[in-house]
Amino acid sequence: MHVRVQEEPFDLGTEVDQFIRIQDNVGAVVTFSGVVRDTPAQDLDAMEIEHYPAMAQAALEDIATQALNRWSLADVIIIHRFGRLTLREAIMMVGTAAPHRQDAFAAAAFLMDYLKSRAPFWKKELRGGRWEWVSSRTEDAEALARW
Amino acid sequence: MQILYFAWVRERIGVPKDVLATEANTVSELVEELKGRAERYQIAFSDMSSIRVAVDQELAELNTPLAGAQEVAFFPPMTGG
Repeated sequence: MHVRVQEEPFDLGTEVDQFIRIQDNVGAVVTFSGVVRDTPAQDLDAMEIEHYPAMAQAALEDIATQALNRWSLADVIIIHRFGRLTLREAIMMVGTAAPHRQDAFAAAAFLMDYLKSRAPFWKKELRGGRWEWVSSRTEDAEALARW
Repeated sequence: MQILYFAWVRERIGVPKDVLATEANTVSELVEELKGRAERYQIAFSDMSSIRVAVDQELAELNTPLAGAQEVAFFPPMTGG
């Protein structure tokens, strides 16, 4: 399991290549990356992600452990950033490696659903000179019910 | 006990943390105690359905006991990912 909470940017391609290179007997790798999206009014100037440092790493490791226990996986990677980000920058990524794709897809979806509403990160957007907290979506909280 | 605040809860309360000795038995009792400190706490905690809590870095509920707890954190619903 590889879990990193960091301020600095990461290169998605490099991370995925490295993640694949360290696996044995893996036939499927699924990756997801969340990126900074513009607002409908196209006025996003920046995003700031606040986190709870003492809890974030442990919360992500706990979510990764649940996925490893539940599906037939070889490995899991989660990277989540905090601090200042700009448009189209990668906020986070998850990757799952498994012998077969079904487990890799299901576990990646599970990781994302849990991470959205159980990992202590909060997004704030700078729009037209004003900072506003991003509201949580009820669909995100409801998405946990399917697991 | 160390009490931490994040995101808009931190902004409404005006400080990132408080350190206090409390007799509160549960998270709810702690919230009531904090609301008695100043109006800004009452404002921050006026709608508890929009507040999440962690006790010693684990997600908890309002009725979670505080016996032996070192750190309680209050924050809005998380928006990671």
